[in-house]
Amino acid sequence: MANIQATSPKPTGWAHRLQHGDLFFWLLTLFFALVIIGLVVAVGVVTYNGSAEARAEYGTSFLTQSDWNPIETDLYQPSYGAWPAIRGTLLSSLIALLLAAPTGIAIGIFLSELCPLRLRALLGFTVELLAAIPSVIYGLWGVAVFSPWFTNAIANPLATSIGQFIPWLAGPIAVSRGLAVTGVILAIMILPTIAAITRDVLQAVPNHQRDVMLALGSTRWEVIWLSVLPYSRAGIIGGVMLGLGRALGETMAATMLIGNSTRIEESIFYPATTAAALVASELPNSNSTMHESALIYLALVLFGITLILNLAARYLVWQTSRGPAGARA
Amino acid sequence: MNIQTNMQNYAGRSLVDRAMRGLTVVATALAIIPLFLIIGYVLIVGGAALNLDFFTQTYQPPVAVGSEAIDPATGLPIDSTLSGSGAIDPATGLPIDPSTAGSSEEQPDLSQVEARGGVLHGIVGTLMITIAALLISLPIGIMAGIFLAEYPDTPFNTFIRFCCDVLSGAPSIVIGVVGFTLLVQTTRTYSGVAGAIALTFLMVPTIARTTEEILKLVPNATREAAMAMGAPMWYATLTVVVPTALSGIVTGALLAFARGAGETAPLLLTIQGNSNLSFSLFEPLAALPLLTYKYIESPFPAENQLAWGTAFVLMMLVLGVNLLVRITTARIKKG
Amino acid sequence: MAATAHPAHSMTVRGLKPFYAKRQAVQAVDLDVRAHEILALIGPSGCGKSTVLRCLNRMHETIPYAHAEGSVKLDDLDIYQAGIDATLVRRKIGMVFQMPIALRTRSIYENIAVGLRLGGMNDRLELDRRVEQALRSANLWDEVKDKLQLSGLALSGGQQQRLSIARTIAIEPAVILFDEPCSALDPISTLKIEELLLQLRERYTLVIVTHNMQQAARISDRTAVFMVERGQEQPVGLLVEEGSTEQIFSKPRDRRTEEYISGKVG
Repeated sequence: MANIQATSPKPTGWAHRLQHGDLFFWLLTLFFALVIIGLVVAVGVVTYNGSAEARAEYGTSFLTQSDWNPIETDLYQPSYGAWPAIRGTLLSSLIALLLAAPTGIAIGIFLSELCPLRLRALLGFTVELLAAIPSVIYGLWGVAVFSPWFTNAIANPLATSIGQFIPWLAGPIAVSRGLAVTGVILAIMILPTIAAITRDVLQAVPNHQRDVMLALGSTRWEVIWLSVLPYSRAGIIGGVMLGLGRALGETMAATMLIGNSTRIEESIFYPATTAAALVASELPNSNSTMHESALIYLALVLFGITLILNLAARYLVWQTSRGPAGARA
Repeated sequence: MNIQTNMQNYAGRSLVDRAMRGLTVVATALAIIPLFLIIGYVLIVGGAALNLDFFTQTYQPPVAVGSEAIDPATGLPIDSTLSGSGAIDPATGLPIDPSTAGSSEEQPDLSQVEARGGVLHGIVGTLMITIAALLISLPIGIMAGIFLAEYPDTPFNTFIRFCCDVLSGAPSIVIGVVGFTLLVQTTRTYSGVAGAIALTFLMVPTIARTTEEILKLVPNATREAAMAMGAPMWYATLTVVVPTALSGIVTGALLAFARGAGETAPLLLTIQGNSNLSFSLFEPLAALPLLTYKYIESPFPAENQLAWGTAFVLMMLVLGVNLLVRITTARIKKG
Repeated sequence: MAATAHPAHSMTVRGLKPFYAKRQAVQAVDLDVRAHEILALIGPSGCGKSTVLRCLNRMHETIPYAHAEGSVKLDDLDIYQAGIDATLVRRKIGMVFQMPIALRTRSIYENIAVGLRLGGMNDRLELDRRVEQALRSANLWDEVKDKLQLSGLALSGGQQQRLSIARTIAIEPAVILFDEPCSALDPISTLKIEELLLQLRERYTLVIVTHNMQQAARISDRTAVFMVERGQEQPVGLLVEEGSTEQIFSKPRDRRTEEYISGKVG
């Protein structure tokens, strides 16, 4: 029997799937693949429905109003304006990006182009470990070790010197939690993402692009600067965007370090809040359905932003690692 | 032959070359310093907080130094300096923050408080939730991975891959919000199940993509050999292709486990935390990352020490799994 | 030969031993490259001919853990002696690769200009003049003069290979090395490149690696034959014979050359 089956022509396409339960198996795997789509839809639908009350009340002005006051008093009605959280999210991520992007790209260059082969695997592994450390541990180290040091060694000297002329660096610094220190810790956290993706897209650059420059008498750096980096520019931008996405959505380190204040202060050394930190600290004990709805609205906005960032970033990375259209081998 | 003649600018270029290459080395060193500092602090400070009780006991309210007496009814230490502001909130089992607790009399010396107890409840909770999440995620992730790798690549597959990227890129607090609205509010209770399902959102994409990638490495000859024997495709996939790729799938599962075990934000909104040991997934549970967070926010320096100890255990778990994965995959690659 | 217009440069290779890590890839090579000639390096695959070629402008050492010992002289300067910068060597000894390579992110014009800019040339008119000159010398000018700002990838494979040659001659090296320049091209493009090589011989000294014996016979003045010795733990390449192309192909001195030429090995 076995011989007969082995020599009979192999059925193909749909006909083949119908045999011996193959159709059933295909439907089964399809079902689980659909579950993944279902999960994404669930995130969208749940945050969209949950925020209905706040969206109806505030619309898009939610994002620009700067008064977040969930507590009802005799004098004030509660009000929910997300601008303090949006502003804190954007500023802390901006600080993180300014620090982490050049550093991360430089690490990626070192790992891909300059590092001795012996060290490459070890250093690559080290960078990946940095990415594996849970964010709550970054937060713990940030709160207990880094932020006191940062306040004494960097924030205070800056605030008492040039901070007297530049309002956004002004002191006096009362607590060691604030925007700046959060930004620095976020930078450390997104560094591995940017470094690893930069390394990967640089390694996808075909060697002949380097050889040509070398044969023209380039230095190692000129090879990188004139050939390798331009070739992989889109992918590197994609990596930086993925890092930005991680910084925007990072919750625990931000919650622990930023000081959770919904007042808008000009100085980056003062406490602030981020969207993720606000949701994490207020949603478990919200005061009213509107409060809860406003927090879910914030989560929806956060999801929307990171969704767009991810979409763009994955496209750029994919485009680079795929190689240029029409290029030969 | 003089090769120097037409290269007057070479000294400057050579200098730029060296400076920029040096900068990349500096950047790499800059990234490694915090890694060593963080691991070092957790190992040293956290290691110092460890003892046998730490692994065998659950949460116990802190007591003032020298005072072993605790009111058995409330769990509060019967020490006058602590009454009021050092009080323990009976609902959450957490110390009430003195600044919000309304006692404006005398500020007690918080450093005179000794923490006791351990994180057994956290270890048990983390293992229960993460393993439950893994059990839900594995079938979804592996079957979806098979779908992506073994069937023709269509735009639909690209869309599923994109969905995976969206899920793994989604902020974990958003996943927490989904768990909170979908499960906690509808069941009117925080529970381990809610936490496990929230973690599933984050673990499924990792497992699906690793499975897909590892299945694609299985040579086509393996599939054809099995199907040439007359086996239907599903049988060949499950008995030949998947076992060939098993070590890679296990790797993906372990990495997903490590990621899930370290997540805090989704758990904050779904399992709430529990001061007591619980083995029920339908009750609020404790988890190591959550305990780390709660202990560091505590006003008692002694409990801050516990945060480092908890972080130590958490890091051992997460980095241990990562190291294990690296070492075994390196060994497999070597053959 | 107008020595003043086109200075004559020769190369002398003595005891050259290329290594990959600790493994010696080719037994010590002695080779002479005479001014204004085309020297062909031929042999079966794996015989180390490309490796030897890459040693001639110190490209070999850009591969991790690879290095070379021995002496390679350009005229009277040993390019392997201490204190000589490999980067400067490569300005004088250019190289064209197997794959036609356009720098992906640059226009046709910039593909040529990049090497000139490295040398510190920034004057726009001078750059224009030199780019045109290089493209004319590579028989490419008429085909691309109207689309200099287009991507180099818009060109065909044969055109890209001539673009690579133009890029190399733009910086006016003394010697140009070709690593199987036609193996990725169709027969018509191959003929155009061969024609171009014969023209370039008037001005440069050329070394070409080829797996195509007919090509070596058609265009080279002298030929060096490499073989693989497989008796040992790891195969090692060696130079078996060097001589005028006519002599190599009509009456080879070495039995192995004869077998290779007649198609019995390789």
